[in-house]
Amino acid sequence: MQANPALAHQFEDAAQQRDAATLGMWIFLATEVLFFGAMFLGYTVYRIGSPHVFQAASNHTLVLAGTVNTALLLISSFTMVLGVRAAKGLRPRATAGFLALTALLGVVFLTIKGFEYRHEVYEGLWPGHHFHIDGMDSPVARMFFYLYFLMTGVHAFHVVIGVGMLSLFTLRALFGFQPAKLVTSVELLGLYWHFVDLVWIFLFPLIYLAGRAA
Amino acid sequence: MNSVKHYALVTAGLLALLLLTVGAAYIPLGPWNTAVAMSISVAKGLLVILFFMHARQATPLTRLFICAGFFWLGLLISLTLSDVLTR
Repeated sequence: MQANPALAHQFEDAAQQRDAATLGMWIFLATEVLFFGAMFLGYTVYRIGSPHVFQAASNHTLVLAGTVNTALLLISSFTMVLGVRAAKGLRPRATAGFLALTALLGVVFLTIKGFEYRHEVYEGLWPGHHFHIDGMDSPVARMFFYLYFLMTGVHAFHVVIGVGMLSLFTLRALFGFQPAKLVTSVELLGLYWHFVDLVWIFLFPLIYLAGRAA
Repeated sequence: MNSVKHYALVTAGLLALLLLTVGAAYIPLGPWNTAVAMSISVAKGLLVILFFMHARQATPLTRLFICAGFFWLGLLISLTLSDVLTR
């Protein structure tokens, strides 16, 4: 009776199972939209209150590192979507290759972010007791850097989870015995990875570019 | 629709928009700098959601849930700003 081992018994067919899984993933991502959305809202409210301090504080971030990191994440979305495509084509070796490449780009992103954090902590921009920034309303500038560390930190945490899952799925693709079982899982991981990219697409201009013309 | 060439074009578009947003940030446009940056981010976000996340090929029910997430985000931001911007 059980013709397709990848099909759970509650579903009529593989297409219904796949649609249900995709819907579930998007429901999770909708909660993530609101989770990050609250922090974006906090940023917006504080920036409306003190636009010039936010712009000046933003100019203390490393715009080259941020731009390179944005490009890395965009390219990693390309390798991710190629991994999803390879999984759909039941090509496990190609799937593993693209997932590993995506994970590697994630690791390079995190490494650059780490060097940025180190630079900012040395500059005294960590929003603790020793925070200092020359010629500026210090509490508001500190709020910018509080939001900076919070938002990029939570985002980086998502990248870490993504890199872990990508590594796990690379192994599953290499050593799994049923490529068909992997297809939906890789698709859902792709949705997660692209979402993390999407968050960064909005973070990048707000954090790095806010005051460059001022 | 899901060919490598197609995905490569979307990626090239995303990278071009990245260069555009960085370039535009250095041109003094006053309050328009933020508007331009956010418009470019929305364009990039749509490319990612429609082509990489395959929202175009999603079932109507899934599309409804995708829109619902962003609808609530819109409510969160617009209702808060209706207070902040009118003080």
